[in-house]
Parts: sequence; structure tokens; C-alpha cells
Amino acid sequence: MKCTEFLKELTDYLDGRITESLRAELDEHLHWCHECHVVMNTTKKTIEIYRDNELYELPDDLRNRLHQAIMTKCRNSRGGKKSST
Amino acid sequence: METIQKKAEEGITSELALVQAAKKGDLEAFSELVRRYDRNVFRIAQHITHNEEDAQDVVQDAFLKAYQNLEQFQGNSKFYTWLVRIAVNEALMRLRKRRNDRTVSLDEDVETEDGSIPREVADWAPNPEQLYGTSELGDILKKTIQGLSPGFRTVFVLRDVEGLSTEETAEMLGLSVPAVKSRLLRARLQLRERLAKYFKSKKGGDGQQ
Repeated sequence: MKCTEFLKELTDYLDGRITESLRAELDEHLHWCHECHVVMNTTKKTIEIYRDNELYELPDDLRNRLHQAIMTKCRNSRGGKKSST
Repeated sequence: METIQKKAEEGITSELALVQAAKKGDLEAFSELVRRYDRNVFRIAQHITHNEEDAQDVVQDAFLKAYQNLEQFQGNSKFYTWLVRIAVNEALMRLRKRRNDRTVSLDEDVETEDGSIPREVADWAPNPEQLYGTSELGDILKKTIQGLSPGFRTVFVLRDVEGLSTEETAEMLGLSVPAVKSRLLRARLQLRERLAKYFKSKKGGDGQQ
């Protein structure tokens, strides 16, 4: 297996969506190819870092304000919605 | 309606029951749907627009549009999938307005291989996040993902940050499953490449070419 072929399967490999036989082939490639091993590990780490670090939390006060605004708009649009349909 | 409210408080009302109640005009049921998904919609909107004001507008407009078009929601997919689809479109529209650029779309940059072929193959430090303080790390992650094209970062956020399936992501974005997979691979590889300069292991040389 070439590195380019390994790369093509990287997403399915990391997501565990491959057949046993393909996994064995990819593992075999990883065994001797240091570069693909690093790429696989650091890609996995990239996903984990983004998954574990909440970048855009919605603070409670803003959340409440948005909620109020949404519900007011929905209430006001109600009549319009019914009469237009 | 009282039953719906009581169940909602207990957190056991199904999404479908809430949608059906909201369709009949039960605002409390819709309010519960807002509470269930507002954090996710805000996060997705922030990632796409990179602007807090725009993200707030997207949250409001997406829920209002969902409410106004609730009758069109067929129930073939999850309400959340349908809602995110509305939110992504709203977010892309805001981004276009801010950039004054009509070409911003999910198809942007799909043909470019830039950064998708690994060049940086030096290993990272064992616990790279610990090299930085929380806020510095947050800035690095935001800056890095911001560098991706909107199409790539949207797919990455839905699949890897929000944890949705490839099929759900495809449905939300109106893309084919292979198109989502291809964008996801390139988004992951581009992020990895860009993060390498911050997280590289010092002892293995700088690995720069």
C-alpha cells in the first residue's frame, strides 16, 4: 500500500468505518511507515482537541436574552403565519 | 398542553411530540425545542461566521424561520437536522453579507489540494494542549479553524465537533455522502497541518522543509 492510498482511507480508519481486512492492510502500512503513523496520530489528536475544547460557549445571560427575543418574535409572528396559510 | 409542559420539565418528552405540539400552536413546546438546541446552533453559527453578533442573529433567525415553517417540516428527518440546515444557510448568508461576497458557498475551494497533502510530518509533543494556557489554546484553535474555507470548516464542525454522522451532515448540507467524506478528510488534514507549528515536539528537530 502506498502512502497516498493510506491517506484516502484515513477518515474511515479514524472513524472505525472499515472492514476488518482493510483495517489489517492499513495497520500493516502504519507498522512500517513512520510518516503515516505521525499523520494518523496527529490527525486523531486534532479531532480530539477540537472536540474537547469548547470554543464558543453560550453564556447564561446571553442565552436567556436570546431565548426571550426568539419567543417574542415567534409570538408576534403567530397571527401572520396563520392568516397567510 | 399541561401534559406536554410537565413532561418537558422532566426532560422526557420526545422531540417529535414537542414538534407536533408546537405545530398546533403550543409555544411552550417550541420554547423547549429552543432550549434543547440553542447552544448547538450558537456554536455552529459562531464557527461559520466567526462573528458573535452574526451568530446571535443566526440563532434568532434560524429558530424564528423554523417556527414559521414548522408546517413544512415533514418529520422524515430529525427536527435538529432540519433546524441546523436552516441555521447553516442563515450563517452562510451573514458571512456573504459581511464579506460582501456572493461567492461564499459550501463549494468554495473544494478543488484545491492546498494543505491536504501532509508536508509536516514531525511528531507532536505528548500532551500538546498543555503547552498553552486555556485562553491561549482557545485563540490558537479559533484562529486555525478560521483559516479553513467555509465549506470545509462547516463539515468539520458538524462531524467532529458536534459529533453528527456523515449521513446527517450530508442531509443538513445538501451534499452527497462522498462529498462530505472528501471535505472532512481535507478539513482534518488542513487543520492538522496548521496546528503542527504550535504543537510540534521540540526534541525531534523543527521538521520544517
